[in-house]
Amino acid sequence: MTADQVWQFFLSGLTTGGTYALIALGFSLIYNATGVINFAQGEFVMLGGMIAAASMAAWDLPLWLAALIAIAITTVVGLVLDRAAIRPARYAPHVVLIIITIGASIFIRGTASIIWGPDERPVQAFSGEAPIVMLGAAITPQSLWVLGATLVSAVAMWLIFEYTVVGKAMRACAINAHAAQLCGIELSRMVSWSFGLAAAIGAVAGIVLAPITMAQYNIGTMLGLKGFVAAIIGGMGNSLGAIVGGLVLGVLEALGAGLISSQYKDAIAFIILIIVLLVRPSGILGREGGED
Amino acid sequence: MFRLNRAMYLVTAVAIMTIGLMALGGCPQQEETADPAPAAVEPVTDGEPIKIGALFAVTGPGSSLGEPERDTAVMLEKYINENGGLDGREVQVIVRDTKGLETDALTAARELVEKENVLAIIGPSRSGTTLAVVDYVEQAEVALISCAAARAITDPVKKWVFQVAPGDADAVQRIYTYMGEEGISRVALLTESSGYGIEGLKQLQEQASAHSIEIVATEEYADTDTDMTTQLTRIAGTDAQAVVCWGIGKAPALVARGMGTLNMQIPLFQSSGVANARFIEAAGEHADGVIMPAAKLIVLDQLPEDEPQLAELQRYHEMFVAEYEREPDHYGGHAWDALHIVVNAIERAGVDADRTAIRDAIEGTEGFVGMGGIFTYGADNHYGLSPDSFAMVTIENGEWKLIE
Repeated sequence: MTADQVWQFFLSGLTTGGTYALIALGFSLIYNATGVINFAQGEFVMLGGMIAAASMAAWDLPLWLAALIAIAITTVVGLVLDRAAIRPARYAPHVVLIIITIGASIFIRGTASIIWGPDERPVQAFSGEAPIVMLGAAITPQSLWVLGATLVSAVAMWLIFEYTVVGKAMRACAINAHAAQLCGIELSRMVSWSFGLAAAIGAVAGIVLAPITMAQYNIGTMLGLKGFVAAIIGGMGNSLGAIVGGLVLGVLEALGAGLISSQYKDAIAFIILIIVLLVRPSGILGREGGED
Repeated sequence: MFRLNRAMYLVTAVAIMTIGLMALGGCPQQEETADPAPAAVEPVTDGEPIKIGALFAVTGPGSSLGEPERDTAVMLEKYINENGGLDGREVQVIVRDTKGLETDALTAARELVEKENVLAIIGPSRSGTTLAVVDYVEQAEVALISCAAARAITDPVKKWVFQVAPGDADAVQRIYTYMGEEGISRVALLTESSGYGIEGLKQLQEQASAHSIEIVATEEYADTDTDMTTQLTRIAGTDAQAVVCWGIGKAPALVARGMGTLNMQIPLFQSSGVANARFIEAAGEHADGVIMPAAKLIVLDQLPEDEPQLAELQRYHEMFVAEYEREPDHYGGHAWDALHIVVNAIERAGVDADRTAIRDAIEGTEGFVGMGGIFTYGADNHYGLSPDSFAMVTIENGEWKLIE
């Protein structure tokens, strides 16, 4: 195994990891505000890519407009999901809410396959397909778009949570919903915000990913799963952790597949998940101890 | 609000997710209701209609196979009845949607045999659903002509089960023979880690030594993978002269793109499973130069004049385009072949023949010129095709090109 190859594995892993990180951010967002793990997050990603691809194909729209439409519609889907499925069950235990999100994801996926059919839809890369060669390893320009989108989304989320009233209120609800309500924070509104935001971030992920994975009704499941693993590795509810978790997962997967065997690629992700849950359930950057 | 300890909570979440995923595996991914069975046309005579069952994955993950198959069968049914039916009797093709699911296929097969009392069944579309109904049709003693490609369907031979789709073994043999002619002897394999890819990998490994092919790398990918450059980097580090990818769906297109990203110059061979327009669309400019065995229908306009299947291929193409105003594909061709073989067998056995006589007549099929090749069944051969059924094709500027 030459150093060149290892470097290529690392770079490939980083680009895949960027994807996981972006999806993990969505998990973190809803977890932060509600304590719920939203398994429909992967479907937001699918919807973003699918709506963008379909509207570009159907009406010949420019990319930016299709992207805006996709983000808007997906956000509405996120809000509707909250109103229609989560809010009526808001007094139920978290585990019940998680099961509701799984149901929602099956529903969204099924609806998508009826609307758009089962075939994949290719999407043009944003800035060409000519690979960029860095120190002997190749990376596609689209991968840089993914990494860039991850970075921008993470910074935006950090700003929202640290500096805006809404963001602070959302954090308060996560730490102690009851106390937050006593302070005059309307819990249901914060939950709506978090679902809307998470759906928007999911849509962004789906749009920048579409040229790499192609848009298809069923891509949400596996991407959601890897994003979830990344969120746990980094520490659920921690935005920086989501990014670190995603990148670490992507790189370890690629190195494992490259240096050991590609037959164990997916197994590696889940072995890492089990190890993290056993050794450090709060994640790499999570707060130590299970205080809530 | 009730809260679990954080670690417990995460573990619970993982457990729920796992259960959810397992449930997903068995759930129909698409609940669209099947199109109703085609409306019966006016009976040609007063005689009882001749009923033939059809099991196709019209909806669900296999719908890209089942849809053209259903359309072709419906088209043929109409054509036969407009031309006097079978010996003056109306032919009824009763289509049931398997949704690509084993359980649905079995239920539908039972319904066709026990309620509709069909004489023979064509389909199912996919290997999994076919294997799920094989035991039942053997026991119920109804002939089944599967449209799926797995060799296990008719190897070993089962009395009541036949096959019309050219199989992996022949596709691999065709590729290896071509490599021999081109002087390629060291290959790297990159195969899907599930169903179709596993079957292909087995054939690629088993047949290698007979063709003096040395396998220098064996890599795998999951069909949900979004990046192939890791596996391809490993392959690039070997002295392989060609890459053979075996899989279906969009992943083979990602392999083609990944080779472009890494600027790999060795040729890429794909299986017959991606010989459709979607592959070209998905792989974009990276589709150019990819070599694969394919059904002859795809290069219809380039076939030589002396191609024995030419006239029949043109007939199907013309009929399908006139009926549906789109191009037919080789999946529809499987339904064409299966239905023709059954109808021809009934013609030979007589319209009053029972299931056993029809099965025997199907087994007696000899030299039937179809879409998938020229079929000759026998008591020890329910597969009926040879490697010549495939044409070797490549892609040039996004167009299929027959390799002479």
